[in-house]
Amino acid sequence: MKKTSVLSKIYLLLVMLFLYVPIFVLIVFSFNTTKSHSHMSGFTFDWYVKLFHNELILSSLLNTIIVAVAASICATILGTAAAVGINSMKKLPKAITLNVNNIPIINPEIVTGVSMMLLFVFFAARMNFEFGFGTLIIAHITFNVPYVILNIMPKFRQMNPNIYEAAQDLGCSPAQAFFKVVLPEIMPGILSGLMMSFTFSLDDFVVSYFTNGSRAQTLPITIYSMTRRKISPEINALSTIIFIIVILVLVTKNIYERKTAVKKGVKL
Amino acid sequence: MKKLISAPYLVWMAVFVVVPLIMVAYFAFFANGHFTLDYVANVSQYANIFIRSIWLAAIATVICLIISYPVAVILTEADANYQGTLLMIVMLPMWMNFLLRTYAWMTILGNNGILNQLFGLFGLGPFKLLNTRGAVVLGMVYNYLPFMLLPIYNVMAKIDRSVLEAAQDLGCNRGRVIAKVVFPLSLPGVMSGITMVFVPAISTFIISRMLGGGGNLLIGDLIEMQFLGNSYNPNLGAAISLVLMIIVLLIMTLMNQFDADDRPLI
Repeated sequence: MKKTSVLSKIYLLLVMLFLYVPIFVLIVFSFNTTKSHSHMSGFTFDWYVKLFHNELILSSLLNTIIVAVAASICATILGTAAAVGINSMKKLPKAITLNVNNIPIINPEIVTGVSMMLLFVFFAARMNFEFGFGTLIIAHITFNVPYVILNIMPKFRQMNPNIYEAAQDLGCSPAQAFFKVVLPEIMPGILSGLMMSFTFSLDDFVVSYFTNGSRAQTLPITIYSMTRRKISPEINALSTIIFIIVILVLVTKNIYERKTAVKKGVKL
Repeated sequence: MKKLISAPYLVWMAVFVVVPLIMVAYFAFFANGHFTLDYVANVSQYANIFIRSIWLAAIATVICLIISYPVAVILTEADANYQGTLLMIVMLPMWMNFLLRTYAWMTILGNNGILNQLFGLFGLGPFKLLNTRGAVVLGMVYNYLPFMLLPIYNVMAKIDRSVLEAAQDLGCNRGRVIAKVVFPLSLPGVMSGITMVFVPAISTFIISRMLGGGGNLLIGDLIEMQFLGNSYNPNLGAAISLVLMIIVLLIMTLMNQFDADDRPLI
């Protein structure tokens, strides 16, 4: 195996620079004493203090978390049940279902958002409800479920189909066999589906933009409306905090995965 | 019994995925209950915006490919212990909300922005960087680069090392191994990378709005304006969405010609 050459290292460094410079710019100006985004006038933590007194940002953060938790849990339950059913389908219905499942993934986000907006507008007029948490959570569940299913289906393929029957031969009821044998086998898929849904929900802007009401503003929507007006360094402070949290989560995950990998290696 | 358990999901997908798409088609062809081709015909008025969107998205896709292919090669050639960490470092910026990342470029490219200050040190500029097409392409490349890198890397990492060694044993140098062996085998990754960059790039409305100013409208802006903007016209918006979907489907079919079923979805 060749060692990474100097040229490759320089190239990688340049790409990293391109990827990280905007983020460092955001972070640096979160400590600026003035509202300028081009001149550093002094160092301060003021924007962080102000951030935690900004009702709008805090309430949209709460909204985002509520929507993400609700949507990812519902999507995971719906998707897990669906995956079990799809797995026992015949070839043709299975193929059709999986193709429909791909629609929200393939479709441009804006089309997904607009199409759901049309549906909600149609029903809102007839069934007398308003855009808000309900529509937002429904929309998020809809774009999350396909990913849950895509995460679970391969686990069924890897599973030995005989163990489910073996469990029943040994005296399990079908339900017991499912919960004691099948569920643990597909659990990694369920968990990664849940995690994926949660992060997609947290980060979603386009679909939320078309389906939220004024009462259920999520963080990305608040950020968007802030970037349209005069920009406050509170956003930079928020970005810095989010970035640090993301780094912590990813590093913890990486360490955890390494540890489990090492454990598995020892067992083998 | 087992099939019944997927019933809630099937109903859900029918109501919230299939029906809304049918409604898009309905709005595109029916106004006040009457069939009309006006709206679909009206889309042709915006041909310049469609061409601009396709053109800018295509440029961004090509640049993403040119930048990320060597990165994928370097990553797969790196020590196996560091590959995961390196990949994580490359992907980390993706975890920042993309509005924030795009907003950061606004502050960098502005007339008093950091880049123009840098040019100023050499007595150059200020240049108009923000609110240009170049800025829109830059925003697309920046935001969607990982969508190109990840599928290419995933496919490349699975290539059997012994195939590469065999090519070397048979007299290929590093360049020829990449050109003759690695590249053909990585094509499925390249193809899915192209769709994963092109589809969001052609339908974006944030990047063009934030970095392109008012003068560089894309298809996404056009759709957004019909539904939430000043020119409220859901029928026209639906017709434009329908055309956009058809463009995307054509691209996907074209790209799917190259790889059967082993493309990574994410």
